[in-house]
Amino acid sequence: MNLLAGTWQWLVDPANWSGAGAIPSRILEHLAYSGIVMVVAVVVAVPLGLLVGHTGRGSGAVIGVSGALRALPTLGLLTLFSLLMGLGLVPPLLALVILAVPPILTATYAGVAEVSPQVKDAAKAQGMTPLQVLTRVEMPLALPVAMGGIRNAALQVIATATVAAYINLGGLGRYLIDGLAVRDYSRMLGSVLLVAVLALAIDAVLAALQRALTSPGIRASPAGAH
Amino acid sequence: MGNHAISFRDVRKTYPDGTTAVDDLSLDVPEGSLTVFVGPSGCGKTTSLRMINRMVEPTSGTVEVNGQDVSSVPEARLRRSMGYVMQASGLLPHRTVLENIATVPRLLGRSKRESRERAESLLETIGLDRDLGGRYPSQLSGGQQQRVGVARALAADPPVLLMDEPFSAVDPVVRADLQRELLDLKQRLNKTIVFVTHDMDEAVLLGDRVAVFATGGRLAQYAPPEQVLRAPADQFVSDFVGRDRGFRALSFDSHEVALSGVLSRNHEGETTVLGGSEATGGWTLEVDAAGRPVGWLAPGESDGADTSAHRVGGSLYRPGGSLRSALDAALSSPSGLAVAVDDSGRVRGVLRPQDVLAAIEQARGARS
Ligand SMILES: Nc1ncnc2c1ncn2[C@@H]1O[C@H](COP(=O)(O)OP(=O)(O)OP(=O)(O)O)[C@@H](O)[C@H]1O
Ligand SMILES: [Mg+2]
Repeated sequence: MNLLAGTWQWLVDPANWSGAGAIPSRILEHLAYSGIVMVVAVVVAVPLGLLVGHTGRGSGAVIGVSGALRALPTLGLLTLFSLLMGLGLVPPLLALVILAVPPILTATYAGVAEVSPQVKDAAKAQGMTPLQVLTRVEMPLALPVAMGGIRNAALQVIATATVAAYINLGGLGRYLIDGLAVRDYSRMLGSVLLVAVLALAIDAVLAALQRALTSPGIRASPAGAH
Repeated sequence: MGNHAISFRDVRKTYPDGTTAVDDLSLDVPEGSLTVFVGPSGCGKTTSLRMINRMVEPTSGTVEVNGQDVSSVPEARLRRSMGYVMQASGLLPHRTVLENIATVPRLLGRSKRESRERAESLLETIGLDRDLGGRYPSQLSGGQQQRVGVARALAADPPVLLMDEPFSAVDPVVRADLQRELLDLKQRLNKTIVFVTHDMDEAVLLGDRVAVFATGGRLAQYAPPEQVLRAPADQFVSDFVGRDRGFRALSFDSHEVALSGVLSRNHEGETTVLGGSEATGGWTLEVDAAGRPVGWLAPGESDGADTSAHRVGGSLYRPGGSLRSALDAALSSPSGLAVAVDDSGRVRGVLRPQDVLAAIEQARGARS
């Protein structure tokens, strides 16, 4: 059978769209894994990036550690964590968090570090405390750059969350593993397409969020870098 | 020391790279007065100003505000109690004009609404259109940004204002408006102001006292502007205040100048001699229905009813004006005669240059 035609057939087959283990529930699982990973990664990376960007201390460490983390293969981490911790949700989620942290951390740090010293000086001179400078000036100005890192991480996490299926969990990766087992290439290609569409859709949502949160005063020149 | 709002005591500032920006500065700014810092670029004016609100910490010595060492006041609280106009506008790019102006009132915990209303009224004070309130700094011209910076400094109505070349980017007409507004504000609200400028005319106009800084952060002279112009403390001050200092010093003389007559012609073509029994020179001064000057007609041009031939007049000499304004009115007039007007702008007569010079001579005699 022609691969493309088969893929199309698999995608539009009503049987694949209803019931347990059908596409909608796999998408929900996929989104749930990705969502948990992103929340944890943001909670870890954003405050750290803000701190380093604001104080200017530890920027070398941030860049070094981020580079090292990026070099780790997610599948290898998953295997390692599963061996150490046994099966379950924690190993894949942890492996994905390690994938998501570097882009968010470096972007948040860079966004804050790029805020013009003159603007920070002015904020201080008006009588803002260091914390107020951070929350009222550096954070809003760093937002477009930091959001860029978050979107980047989200794309990677959604694409890579397929690895959860290797250890018998759900998500769209299920179709890859199961399809491979029975050499059903249409199913595999179909699920890859679904992952891609999902990633793009989430990115569009985050782009809209970024736009809504960014002050119109800095849309043309990000991070207030005059 | 209670009536000295700001005092520098043996203040020195050496930056980490070894530059001495301010060298042993001792100076008192009396409460309710306006002190101008002038001096060449890089002589430590901005550094001195920023030591008042602790944006720069002195290497040695102390700065006191109302008798209290500023280093004992928490930085944020100290800065909120002083308006600060920065040399570069320093507006926050992600906030609108109104939000920028309302910064300090908001930091002081005033309500959003109250702060906004205050910001709106200040837009008017600095001569900006209300529609600009919703714009962002990047959508304003340099001069507009600078004026927003001034409004921001005034927003919380602080007793002390620190202004670092606040009017350097606005045109002369707007600058004159803002200068008048500032003087008015000072008188009305008894503010203590430290004002940095490169413009000696501005220093003379605004300052109760002028501090002339020399290269290397040395205070060369601290005196009322008239004294700086007439009796420079040393060669540096003399060079810095420039060749025009004799002319500028005339700003402080307002001696009576003899009035002469001038032939005037109103819009209906009727001619009369104003200010004396006979007309001086061959020129005709055109006036409007209210008797205010419109322009000059050269000798021989006065016959035709065609008013397009007239030459635009110069500056006007008003009652109580300085001899500088009298001399300038004569020098800028096409006829060489200064037009003297009354308080409502009607022509009183003209001043001949020789009479202005005679008055200058008399004023000099009266001084010594
Ligand atoms: N942060 C700094 N580090 C090192 N040197 C500095 C620093 N800030 C200012 N300086 C130096 O200190 C001196 C005084 O600077 P300051 O800004 O006070 O001059 P200024 O009188 O305000 O000049 P201008 O009229 O050009 O604004 C200059 O030589 C300047 O280069
Ligand atoms: Mg300066």
